[in-house]
Amino acid sequence: MKVHLPESLDALWDLLDQHPQAGIMAGGTDLLVSLRAGKQHLPTVICLERLAPLQTIEPLDQTLRIGAGVTLTRILENSLVHTHLPLLHKSVASLGSPLVRNMATLGGNICTASPAGDTLPALYVLGAKLSLASAKGRRILPLESFIQGPGKTALAKGEILDSVIIPFPAGFGVQHFEKLGQRNALAISVVSFAALIRTQDNLVQRARFAWGSVGPTIVRSPQAEKALEGNPLSLEALLRVADLARAAVEPITDVRASADYRRRVAGNMVLRLAAL
Amino acid sequence: MQIKFTLNHQPVTLEADPSMRAIDLLREHCGLTGPKEGCSTGECGACAVWINGVTRLSCLMLAAQLQGQSVVTVEGVNPDSPDTLHPVQEAFVNCGAVQCGYCTPGMIMTAAQLLACERTPSRERIREAISGNLCRCTGYHKIVDAVEAAAQAMDREIS
Repeated sequence: MKVHLPESLDALWDLLDQHPQAGIMAGGTDLLVSLRAGKQHLPTVICLERLAPLQTIEPLDQTLRIGAGVTLTRILENSLVHTHLPLLHKSVASLGSPLVRNMATLGGNICTASPAGDTLPALYVLGAKLSLASAKGRRILPLESFIQGPGKTALAKGEILDSVIIPFPAGFGVQHFEKLGQRNALAISVVSFAALIRTQDNLVQRARFAWGSVGPTIVRSPQAEKALEGNPLSLEALLRVADLARAAVEPITDVRASADYRRRVAGNMVLRLAAL
Repeated sequence: MQIKFTLNHQPVTLEADPSMRAIDLLREHCGLTGPKEGCSTGECGACAVWINGVTRLSCLMLAAQLQGQSVVTVEGVNPDSPDTLHPVQEAFVNCGAVQCGYCTPGMIMTAAQLLACERTPSRERIREAISGNLCRCTGYHKIVDAVEAAAQAMDREIS
């Protein structure tokens, strides 16, 4: 296997053109495990870690643009993330272990497109947009349109994810994330849940929910969100929302949990909002 | 491919397959058996080394990624006096934080990195920091004791 470490985007575009079968590696924490297990074979790997434009975090008009190659540890250390995107902070902190987070990148977690991707539910409710770059230029795509199935994305040949644009959720006083795994560190989630809620006069004005590990991709439920709006954040209202959540999810049974268990937990996680 | 990097504070140049894993390069080409292979999937932390001062998993890196970098293994953890133990190593000995010893090099790298950034981390903070380093013998209690003792010893040295 050939390995390339381009140091400029121009060098990257040339390599992607010369090696159409190449695999793209960010932190390597998924790709190298999969290669070693023989699940895929690649003639060439192109590493993105030396591309400076993918390494920056910068605020822009009430959004934060995070370079796709920024490691999760650097995201946790960033004061803007801490202040304006606590939901992202919580979800990133739940991923892997400190050692994995020293290597793994936000772009990698998105492009792996795992149904259990720990940062995805938070990024969905935050309305993250992706900047996709290629030799031809750039395009912006909402995260929800980018992820098309387990491991399947809208990334075209010769294209990379270069940054993630995340709006600050202004006015959303409740920013909740919960991940259920079989242990605390290094767990693949059994069910995860992200919620953003804006209230006015103790009534929910706007709610955004997303669940992970309970469908082929992240699950949203506009019905559940609408059902909460106009109501107080009470257990009574949330019990109705939980039923709608259980109806919306499409879990499978695997080594970590049964479909029934996941469905039940996806609803129960909503009830946690009553205690906030 | 020719790979040039700094290994335990000394420049090295090696001829190696760029797609071999960094851990194999370190163990088999460089003879440094400190980094251990446990799970090969990033879950056990036994292969932890410092790359440019950041603790990373050498089983999830390709040899080519070491090009131009500074690599420190447990063998080079105490550069100022290589013949004596690093305070973290000394504390592991004194606190009985080693049983079979397989996780120890990775634990030392993670703990020494933590103490390089934080002078007096709480026990909770230490547990969080070593949560990517698996130990099947000690139950972690004595490891946390050792990191705490090392923090105190290093703090005394500074002040």
